[in-house]
Amino acid sequence: MDVDLLVVATVARALAFATPLLWAALGEVIAERSGVVNLGVEGMMALGAVTGFAVAFTTGDVWWGLAAAGAAGLAASSLHAFVAITLRADAYVSGLSLTMLGLGLSALVGRAWVGRPLPTPMRPVDVPLLSELPLVGPMLFQGQHLLTYAALVVAALAWVWMYRTRGGLVLRSVGENPAAVDAAGLPVRRVRYAAVLVGGLLAGIAGGYLSLAYRPSWGEGMVNGLGWIALALAIFSMWDPLRVVFAGLLFGACFTLAFRLQTVFPPELLTMLPYVFTVLALVFTAWRRGRHAFGAPEALGRPYLRGER
Amino acid sequence: MSADPSRPPRLSLRGIEKRYPGVRALGGVDLDVGAGSVHAVLGENGAGKSTLMHVVYGLVTPDAGEMAWEGRPVRLRSPREAIALGIGLVAQHFHLVERHSVVENLALGFPGVRAWRPTRALIPQLRAAADRYGLSLDPHAIVRDLSPGERQRVEIVKALLQGARLLVLDEPTSVLTPAEVDALFSVLRRFVAEGSSVVFVSHKLAEVEALADVVTVLRRGEVVGRRTAADGLDRRDLARLMVGRDLAPPVRARDRAASSPATAGPVRLRLHQVRVDATARGRPPVLAVDELMVRGGEIVGVAGVAGNGQSELVEVVAGLRPASAGSVEIDGRQLGNGRGARGRIDAGVALVPEDRTKVGVVGDLAVDRNLALRHAHRRPFARGVWIDWRAVRRVSEAAVADFAIATPSTRTPARMLSGGNVQKVILARELARDPGVVVAVHPTYGLDVAATAQTHERLLAAAARGAAVLLVSEDLDELLALADRIAVVAGGRLVATMAAADADPEALGLAMAGVAA
Amino acid sequence: MRRGRADRRWEPRADAPGARVALVTLAAVGVAAGVVTAVFVAYDVAPGPAWSTIVHRTLLDARGLSETVRKAVPLLLAGIGLLLAFRARFWNIGAEGQILAGAVGAAAVALFAQVPPPWTIPTMFLAGGLAGAAWGAVPALLKARLGVNEIITTLMFNYIALFAVRWLINGPWKARSATGFSYSERFPIEAALPTIGTTRLHWPTLAIGLALVVVVAVLLARSRFGFEVEVLGRSPEAARYAGIDAGRVTLLLAAVAAGAAGLAGVGEVAGIHRRLVEPTQLSLGYGYAAILVALLARGRAIAVVPAALFLGFVFAAGDVMRVSLRLPSQLPDVVTGLVLLLVAASEPLTRGRWVRVAEASQADPCPPAGAGADPASPHATASGGG
Repeated sequence: MDVDLLVVATVARALAFATPLLWAALGEVIAERSGVVNLGVEGMMALGAVTGFAVAFTTGDVWWGLAAAGAAGLAASSLHAFVAITLRADAYVSGLSLTMLGLGLSALVGRAWVGRPLPTPMRPVDVPLLSELPLVGPMLFQGQHLLTYAALVVAALAWVWMYRTRGGLVLRSVGENPAAVDAAGLPVRRVRYAAVLVGGLLAGIAGGYLSLAYRPSWGEGMVNGLGWIALALAIFSMWDPLRVVFAGLLFGACFTLAFRLQTVFPPELLTMLPYVFTVLALVFTAWRRGRHAFGAPEALGRPYLRGER
Repeated sequence: MSADPSRPPRLSLRGIEKRYPGVRALGGVDLDVGAGSVHAVLGENGAGKSTLMHVVYGLVTPDAGEMAWEGRPVRLRSPREAIALGIGLVAQHFHLVERHSVVENLALGFPGVRAWRPTRALIPQLRAAADRYGLSLDPHAIVRDLSPGERQRVEIVKALLQGARLLVLDEPTSVLTPAEVDALFSVLRRFVAEGSSVVFVSHKLAEVEALADVVTVLRRGEVVGRRTAADGLDRRDLARLMVGRDLAPPVRARDRAASSPATAGPVRLRLHQVRVDATARGRPPVLAVDELMVRGGEIVGVAGVAGNGQSELVEVVAGLRPASAGSVEIDGRQLGNGRGARGRIDAGVALVPEDRTKVGVVGDLAVDRNLALRHAHRRPFARGVWIDWRAVRRVSEAAVADFAIATPSTRTPARMLSGGNVQKVILARELARDPGVVVAVHPTYGLDVAATAQTHERLLAAAARGAAVLLVSEDLDELLALADRIAVVAGGRLVATMAAADADPEALGLAMAGVAA
Repeated sequence: MRRGRADRRWEPRADAPGARVALVTLAAVGVAAGVVTAVFVAYDVAPGPAWSTIVHRTLLDARGLSETVRKAVPLLLAGIGLLLAFRARFWNIGAEGQILAGAVGAAAVALFAQVPPPWTIPTMFLAGGLAGAAWGAVPALLKARLGVNEIITTLMFNYIALFAVRWLINGPWKARSATGFSYSERFPIEAALPTIGTTRLHWPTLAIGLALVVVVAVLLARSRFGFEVEVLGRSPEAARYAGIDAGRVTLLLAAVAAGAAGLAGVGEVAGIHRRLVEPTQLSLGYGYAAILVALLARGRAIAVVPAALFLGFVFAAGDVMRVSLRLPSQLPDVVTGLVLLLVAASEPLTRGRWVRVAEASQADPCPPAGAGADPASPHATASGGG
C-alpha cells in the first residue's frame, strides 16, 4: 500500500476514533477537577447512544438525536450528583452502579433498534479550503464529522476557561480544597453539581457520536469500554483539557496503527490492544508523576462537609 | 487607640449560645469590639474561643443570641455575608489551596475581582497592601513552598483585600518564630492605627499582655472576666481567671544535677550522618543530622518551627521512613531500613505521634484494640497466628485503671474519647513495655492543664526508668521545663544544641529563625 | 432569644446499627422489585402470575432451587474475595476477568496436562486459583509500586481476558468439531465436576465457597493478620504507624480475592460447560454482581452467603423471565445496578440520626472536630483541611 495513503488514512481514522474519547474525557476532567469522580461514564455513553439513536430514528433529525443524547447523559449524571454531593455517599460506588444500570437500561431500551441502520445519519463534512491542502487536507479536514471539530473547540474553550478565568480558578480550587472555597464564601456544592452535570452532558454527546455518526446504528456492546478508556485518558492527561486532545489523538493513532497489523496478528489479540495500551499509559503516567510531584485534585472522591452541616 | 465612647462598637455580641451533642460550647457570651482597638479573647484549649470566632465569621450559626455590626443588628448565615460586612478571618488552619500560587489564592477570596485573568488584576493591589502594612509576599510563589509564617501573611492579605475592617485572628502565633511574632504585631498595630479593629484569640498570656487593649477571658464557654489595658493587665490575674484557680505550680523542673552527663546512662539512641533526601531533584536534603545522641535517663528536646525537618527526624528514628544515608543505632545496634517500623517497635522504640486522632489511634476501633495496636504481633497479645482477645481485654482494663482513662468501657470506640484521654491511651500503650527510646511529638498540644501535667509526669517517669526521651515540641516552656538539652532544627539541620540550664527563649528563637529566610 | 432556624439537625456517626442497615437494604430491594413490576406491566405481563411463576421456578421447585444455588456459587466465591479486597481498599472491579483467568487455568490442565485421577480436579482448582490470583496480582503490584489506579487497570484486564479467551477458542484451542460457534475440545471425563443428582449444581465448588467463607470469617475475627487488615482498612495512616506493611497486606488480599474469583471460574468451566466456551457465556456478569454481594455484606464474612443467594435468585429469576415470560434478558443487570445505586445512596442514611438542637446526649461526650475543641495536632490540617 502506498505509504502516503497509509499515513493519511491512519491519521484520519485516528481522529474519528478519538472523538468519543475526547468528548467523554473532557467531561470527566471537568467533573474530577471539582473533586467528584464519575465512574458512570461508560453507562452514560451507552444511554446517550441509545437515546440519541432512538430519537433520531423516530424524528428523522440527527440534531434532535444529539440533543437527546446529551440530555440522557445529563439526566443520569444528575442522579450521580445527587447521590455523591447531596447525600454524600460513596462517589465510586454510585458511579459504578450507574454504569451497570446505564448499560443494562440501554440494552433493554435499545432492543427495538438493534441492527436497524439509521436512515438519516450525521454526514461527514469537508472543511472548505483546508481540505484542498495536499496531504494535510485529506488527513485532517476531509470526511470528519462536525462533532470531531467541535470536540477540539470545546477542549480549547475549556482550557482557556479553566486557566484564565475566575470561574475556572474556582473550579480548580473546589477540587483541591473545598474548605478554602467555602471559607471564601463561594458555593461549593453548586460548583460541583455544575461540573458533574457538564461531565454527563459531554458523556452523552460522546455516546451520541457513536450511534449517530461513527457507526450509525445501535448495538448492545457499542460502547465496549470506551468510557473506561476515557477515564484513563483523563488521568493520563493530568486533568488538563489540552493534554486530553493530544493524548486522545495519540491513543487513537495507536489503535488504528494496530489495526493495520491485522494481516500479521490474529484479530482478537488486536482488539485487546486499546485496553493494554490504556494500562501502559496509566503506568507511564504514574511513573512520571513520581518525578513531577503532580497528582490528582486533592479532594477527589471525598465528599465535603462543612463543620456543622 | 481606644474606642470613641459615643459611637456604637464596631461589633457587638449578646448572649451567644452554641451547643453540640453532650457539650455546651458557648453559654451566653457578650462581647464588644470598638473601632481602633485590639480585643483579645483569652482562654484555655476547649474554652470555646474558636467556636466564638466561627460564629463571628458566619461559619457556625449560634443557637441563641444576637450580633450587631456598627449598631445595626445582623444575622450571619455564611462567611460570604461576614466578608460583605467587613469581617476577615485568619484561621488557625489556613484555608489555602496548596497547589496554587499566592495571587491565585487571593483571587479566590476576592468578591469583586474581574472574570478574565483575575490574577493579573490583583497583583498591583497585592503590592499596595504589602507596602501599606509591611507584609512582603511573592505573588507567584506556590503556597506549598511557603513557610507557615508566610502562609499566614497570605491569609492576612486576603482579608485585607476583601476590605476587612475587623480582623479576627485565631491563635495566630502558634506557628511563628519569635521574630515573626513581632512582625505580625507591628502589622496589626498599623492596621488598628487606621481605625480598624482586631479580635485575637490566644492562650498565651505574654502576647495578650503585649498587644491587647481589652481582654475577655473565657472558661468553659462563658465569660468569666474582662480587663482593659488602661486599667493595667496583670498576668497572674488573667491566668487565675483562665484556669479558675491559682495556677498550679509549674511542672516540676528536672533535677538537673541528677542527670549530668556523668550520671546519665549509656547512649540508647544515636543518629550518625543521617540524611533524608528531598523528593524534588536538585534541592537540599530535608534532613541532615551529623550526630545526635540521647542517653538513658536523658530528655533531649527538639525545638524549631514546623516544617524544618522534625517530622523527618521522628520518622527516621521510628522507622517509618528510610534514611537516604547514615545510621540509626538503638542500644548500640545499628538498625537498617529493612524492617521498618516493626523493627523499631521490637527494638523498644516508642512513638507518641503528632497526630493523635488519625495516626495514634484508630478512631473506629475500641479502646482495648487500640491499646494493642502496635504490639499485636508480640506476646501477650499474639499466640502464634492468633490474637488472644482475652489478654487484650485484661491488659486494657489494667491500663485504663493505671492511667485513669475516662471511658465508658474498654469497648468504646476511641473517637468518643476527649483529646486528653486519647493521649492517655497512646501513652499507656507506648510506655507500657518499658521502652528504651521514647519519641514524643507535640505531646501536650491541645490538652488542658491537668492532662498536660499528667503527660509530663509520664514522660519524666519513663526517663527516670532509664529510657532515652526525644521530645519534639514547639512549646518552648515545655522544652525548658522538661529537657536536659535542647537541640534546635532549622532547614533540616541541627543548628544549635544547648543545655537547658543555659537556654533562654531569646537564644532559642534566634537559633530557630537563624537559617530561615 | 430566638432559637436557630431548624430545630432538628442531622448528626453523622460512624457506626451503623444493624436493624437500620437491614431495613435500608430491604427497602432498596423493595424498590427494585417495584421497578421490575413496572416492567412487567409495560410488557403486558400480569404481575401477580409473573411473580408467582418466578418464585415457584426459582425457590419452590427442586430443580429451580438448584439453579438458584448454582448461580449463587460463583457469586459466593468472588464475593468473599471482594470482601477481603475491599477491606484493604483495593477496589477490584476485575473479578470478571479473574473468573475467566481461572477458567483458562483449569482448561489448560484439563486439556493438556494429563493429570491422572483423582488428582485432576484438585489440580484444576489449584491452577485456576493461581491463574486468577496472578491476573489480579498484576494490577495490585502496579498499585502498590506505582500508585496506578486499580479501578481502571482491573477493568482493562477484564477486557484483555475476554479477548484472550476468544483468541484461544478461535485459535490454538479450537475444537476440531467447532463450526459456527467457537469452543475448545471437551474436557475428559475425569476433569468434569460431579453434580448433585440430576441438577447442574456442582457441589465441590459450593463446598469450597462455603469453606472459604468460614476461613475468612475466622481469620478476620481472630488472627493477627485479620487485625492488621482491620486496622489497614480503617486508617492507613495508623496502620503505617503500627508497623503494618500496607503493601504486603494489600497485595496478599488482592491475590486471594482474585484467586477466589479464579476458583469460581474453575467451577463454571468444569462444572457446567465442561469446555472452554465464549467468555460471555462463561461469566454472565458474575464478577460485577459480586461487587454488590461484597457491599451488601458490609464487611461481615458470613453475610456473604445470604447476599450471594439473593443475587443468585436475581440471576435465576432473570432466566425464568427470559424463558417463560419472554422478557428482556437484561433485567438482572438493571436490577443489580439499581440495588447497588440505592444501597450506596442510602449508606449515609444508615450512619446518622436526627437530633434536636440543644439536646444533651449522654452517649457522646465529644463535640465534632470542627467545634473548636481539642485540636488533634498543630499541623494536621495546616494546609487547609482538604
